[in-house]
Amino acid sequence: MEKNSKRHEKRKNISVKPNENIFIKSLKDIFIEVALLTKFAGQFFKELFKPPSEFKEFLRQSYITGFRSLALVGITGFIMGLVLTIQSRPTMAEFGAESWIPGMVAVSIIREIGPVITALICAGKVGSGIGAELGSMKVTEQIDAMEVSGTNPFKYLVVTRVMATTLMIPVLVVFSDVISLYGSYVGVNLTGKVSFPLFFAKVFESLDFIDVIPAFIKCFFFGFIIGLIGCYKGYNASKGTEGVGQAANTAVVVASLLVFVIDMIAVQITSLFM
Amino acid sequence: MEETKNINNTEIIVEMKNVKKSFQNNHVLKDINFKLSKGENLVVLGKSGTGKSVLIKCIVKLIEVDSGELSVFNEDILQLKDKALNETRSKIGFLFQSGALYDSMTVRENLEFPIKRQSKILPEDEIENLVKEVLANVGLEDTIDKMPSELSGGMRKRISLARTLILKPELILYDEPTTGLDPITSKEISELILEVQKKYKTSSIIITHDIKCAKITANRIMVINDGCFIAEGTYDELKESEDEIVNSFFK
Repeated sequence: MEKNSKRHEKRKNISVKPNENIFIKSLKDIFIEVALLTKFAGQFFKELFKPPSEFKEFLRQSYITGFRSLALVGITGFIMGLVLTIQSRPTMAEFGAESWIPGMVAVSIIREIGPVITALICAGKVGSGIGAELGSMKVTEQIDAMEVSGTNPFKYLVVTRVMATTLMIPVLVVFSDVISLYGSYVGVNLTGKVSFPLFFAKVFESLDFIDVIPAFIKCFFFGFIIGLIGCYKGYNASKGTEGVGQAANTAVVVASLLVFVIDMIAVQITSLFM
Repeated sequence: MEETKNINNTEIIVEMKNVKKSFQNNHVLKDINFKLSKGENLVVLGKSGTGKSVLIKCIVKLIEVDSGELSVFNEDILQLKDKALNETRSKIGFLFQSGALYDSMTVRENLEFPIKRQSKILPEDEIENLVKEVLANVGLEDTIDKMPSELSGGMRKRISLARTLILKPELILYDEPTTGLDPITSKEISELILEVQKKYKTSSIIITHDIKCAKITANRIMVINDGCFIAEGTYDELKESEDEIVNSFFK
């Protein structure tokens, strides 16, 4: 019995110690990852102004990131506006405030829902695409081939993609916001009848400078982080095809998480000026 | 043998002295010493996982060595950075094991890619002529507008070699050029390597474990095992070797 109790004690000690180690190791891994990501971002800014400009590749990436995401962003934006309007109607009707729906929906969409949802969709579509593409280039030695042929792969692959996402995500957000408002207009007209000019007059009446500009500025940060994380994960992929899947997956998870973190910081900063 | 002697008399373009490389506790290159003469085809023969690919990646500084001396075209490649490193790299062609063709580009774009990024800007028609010339040299003129995914393994290797040749390199590093190919295609690739040596007057280091490829292409063979060279000589000399590891390649 005593022997068993000693064994149990021993096992307990063994199980506790590795758990501690795993916690410390995970914490250490997170700090190392943050340091490496910061270094990667530093290299991006270092390479950004170096020649050659790789403008053609930047345009190609902008087309892939921006134009090819229009349909997805447009459809989700329309549904977003429509659903938000339909869902909020009963509550607003209880207070006899149905005329406030356009303003309420506009503020919610432009300030918060539009940028965040569009950024999350792009983290899934664009971020994973970049992670998988660069990851597969890495494991099939295409990045090495670029390097030995005298091309700067970081400039060609990373800088162009991060620049494309940084500049295209805000454009997609504006597009999504406009379509969302149109979805809301359709939603309002499902049960009532509001003219197009009146709906948008109500929308613009309720919007302020402080609603539009900070929301637009934070989209650049969303775009930057989506591109940066996708490139970082893909560029550092290893372990063959398994690594490619991992790069695509973690690119989406980390970019989505950071979109919320940036949003939280942006809200805090904006609230200082309100 | 006579040919090897003649080559040994010419200038040295790659020299490694006491090169060591480890990945954590895995000592891949333990003490590497060799010289490559101009115009020579040196075959590095060894089992998988003996550090052959790491060896040639060190020559183009894709992997940094831990210690030792490494000179390429009489320049200490370990000290070269950015522009100077790119200039030296532009004289070296690297044929990757997988071919490493850019998946998102056509064959034409793959071939144009390195040449459009050189410091010397060439007119479009001259680039077009160069592309057609190297494709003709590897016998694949009709693949110019195809995507890499439409090509067979052997064709990918040939296009990859064409991409290497377009910069007219003085030194070509071949990483397992015949791996994964059928015996007929392997022979064709080996003969192509020999043709390239004659036509472009290149020097080459060929990493392989394919003894038939070594027989066709080698002026000199060095056998690597466990991170060190264990034998050196011509094909015929090594064939007579009594060393068990060397002998196992010729069985």
